[in-house]
Amino acid sequence: MTLPAAGTAALMLEDVRFSWGGWQVSFDLTVGPGGITAIIGPSGAGKSTLLALVAGFEQPASGSIRLGTLDLLPLSPARRPVTTLFQEHNLFPHLTVSANVAIGLAPNLKLSADQKRTVSEALAAVGLAGMEKRLPSALSGGQRQRVALARCLVRRRPLLLLDEPFNGLDPALRLHMLDLVAEISREHGLTVLMVSHEPQDALRIAVNTCFVAEGKVLLHGPTAALLARRDVPALGAYLGHEQGQHMPGQ
Amino acid sequence: MAGRDLALTLPHPPTAHRGWWVPGALVLAVIALVLGGSASALLGAASHIQNPLALLGDAYLRRIIQFTLWQAALSTLLSLALAVPIARALHRRPAFPGRQLLLYCFSLAFILPAIVAIFGIVAVHGRSGWVNQLLEWAGLPAAWPLYGLPGILIAHVFFNMPLAARIFLQRLESIPPESWQLANQLGFTSRDCFRLIEWPVLRASLTTTGAMIFLLCATSFAVVLTLGGGPRATTLEVAIYQALRLDFDIPRAVALAVLQIVLTGGLSLVALRFHHLPATSAGIRRLVRRPDAGSGTVIMDMAALAVAVLLVVLPLASVVISGLQGPILVSLMDPALWRATTTSLAVAGSAGAGATAAGFLLLLTSRHLALRLKQGRAALALEFAGSGILVIPPFTLAAGLFLLLRAHAIAFDIALPAVALTNALAALPFVLRILSQPMREVAERYDRLSASLGLAGWNRLRFLELPLLRRPVGLALALSIALSFGDLGVIALFGSGDNPTLPMLLYQRLGAYQFRGAAVTALFLALLSLGLFAAIERGIGGRGPEKDR
Repeated sequence: MTLPAAGTAALMLEDVRFSWGGWQVSFDLTVGPGGITAIIGPSGAGKSTLLALVAGFEQPASGSIRLGTLDLLPLSPARRPVTTLFQEHNLFPHLTVSANVAIGLAPNLKLSADQKRTVSEALAAVGLAGMEKRLPSALSGGQRQRVALARCLVRRRPLLLLDEPFNGLDPALRLHMLDLVAEISREHGLTVLMVSHEPQDALRIAVNTCFVAEGKVLLHGPTAALLARRDVPALGAYLGHEQGQHMPGQ
Repeated sequence: MAGRDLALTLPHPPTAHRGWWVPGALVLAVIALVLGGSASALLGAASHIQNPLALLGDAYLRRIIQFTLWQAALSTLLSLALAVPIARALHRRPAFPGRQLLLYCFSLAFILPAIVAIFGIVAVHGRSGWVNQLLEWAGLPAAWPLYGLPGILIAHVFFNMPLAARIFLQRLESIPPESWQLANQLGFTSRDCFRLIEWPVLRASLTTTGAMIFLLCATSFAVVLTLGGGPRATTLEVAIYQALRLDFDIPRAVALAVLQIVLTGGLSLVALRFHHLPATSAGIRRLVRRPDAGSGTVIMDMAALAVAVLLVVLPLASVVISGLQGPILVSLMDPALWRATTTSLAVAGSAGAGATAAGFLLLLTSRHLALRLKQGRAALALEFAGSGILVIPPFTLAAGLFLLLRAHAIAFDIALPAVALTNALAALPFVLRILSQPMREVAERYDRLSASLGLAGWNRLRFLELPLLRRPVGLALALSIALSFGDLGVIALFGSGDNPTLPMLLYQRLGAYQFRGAAVTALFLALLSLGLFAAIERGIGGRGPEKDR
């Protein structure tokens, strides 16, 4: 069995149901192939659960998740065609920068010469050439997330999931990181799903955006048009439209 | 690199951690075997006695039970009552000279071998000790005799008051600085501060700490054996020892042991109710300016700190001073000392390694139950089972093993392994306590990342768990080795006297009134166990990994 090549298959969630305690979600969504899709919505709406279901950290009670013709549900997280950039704790604090990337290729850290070159290339791609031997503690918050991004790159999975990865970074750095993600997505043909609670993030890099509320994908479409809609009360409440505020960046 | 296909093997269901129950089950089996074996030996022997309950009518036995509970209650009350003002003084005065040293002594008191501390207490509070010398010099009558209840209380306060004071100080330091700023604005007095700010945070840990101290004192062996001084002041544990080793009265020993299990079992069930220790914030120590830190409370604080010095620092100091005055060279040339050291190292090393490994394995399973299967109760039950030694205290456990092995006439041959095993079980509750939280944190933080990277089994242990847990594992190993190294309890029951451990050797020498030689042995034992503790904690714990933000 082989993975669909990057940029050739769409991710499809069909009637994916999952419940925890008294809370439940059900998702229907098709994204890609290729391109960046932002997921916005109030906290507790199920944004992160959506990513966790795709990544395999949670198993749905019913429904299907497929990438092209490949059924993801029977696959363990490590075997899915997915790689995730978490909000925090992306790095092992006791491993060097290059080991943190290398562990994405070989969990026993035994790398071939070819793989070592891949690691260096990925670090160069995120602008961290020369920092291979440093420990995460010697890096800034933005640099740490770049190391994690480099690991996502070497794993060569067609689907990249970002779970609010740039929270807590300074505004300029945040924009820079977003642009880096956009560039990588273009260059490698990755399909990117990015959870964010900043509509500006979506506007900056996401062609499409979906709005998640109360455990459902309520809206899905081109970002600017979606954010401009005034006819959906939940979206209005989330964006603060009733208060007559203007969307920054609009 | 785009578009490169990844060859995958056949899909397999996302059920990593398939063998999750194996490590816990393994440890549980060993515990069940040892505790069960001992308990069944005791109960089996009890069934041969005509009417074990008739022994309860025995006035001697009733007195022992009464004394066991009475001294434990008094020790607990005294420890708590002294710890509160001492913790307050330490919190109110964050910068007096010697504060660090005092806190260091408080930490030492917990890992110092009991017999060494007892030696120091005798040197300070004994008949010809420092206190009486001072009183005599001042022309005052001598203080009360040490042996009996006073000695037991002083020793129990020595061990437990510093522990309580450190816990209380931690609680006080967890009070947000805003509370103190508010207290300053409102002009609180010391009494107001206590009633409105400190008491609410102390109250919860007062019951927890009290329950723990009561349990420790009710099962204390070495202190009562050495300072009890006769049948008037004997606890169940010591009575078991006397019945088994001195009177060879096995029915009585068995009845006592069964009583002990009933008693401590009941007590630990009560203590369980208080098990939920409030989370201690190990954050940065914030310097607060308390409204009552002025001159009004100086005398109160100085009195509290003077008591701490008298009860904790002086006995420690006397160990050092008498040791240095003793015949150092002669004592260190004694081959018996080095034989005992080797024996102790072997026993403590295997006990500590065993306890740490067992705790780690048990927690792997309980963590899986709690976090991944959301079976919090089952996880808690498993961890309590690991602390089963609290129900059957070490000495009673050993008494059961003694009976079991005596039946096969090999008790003295496998004395040392049995001692190591019992000590490992005795250290297990501490190991569980130290490792539980950090191990859960590792899983909470890195489970998803590990799952997405396929980091599992040996690789996960090597690259994730062990590096991140270096510090708590180092502490657990150091503590369990130090506790076992200083143990004088189980060895007294099993030891034939030919192959003593270091604490046993010191006990023999004190018993033979070789006081000067004993002084050197005491200092040697103290330095060795503290050195061992520090070396292991640093050596394994290192500086620890930097925190990932």
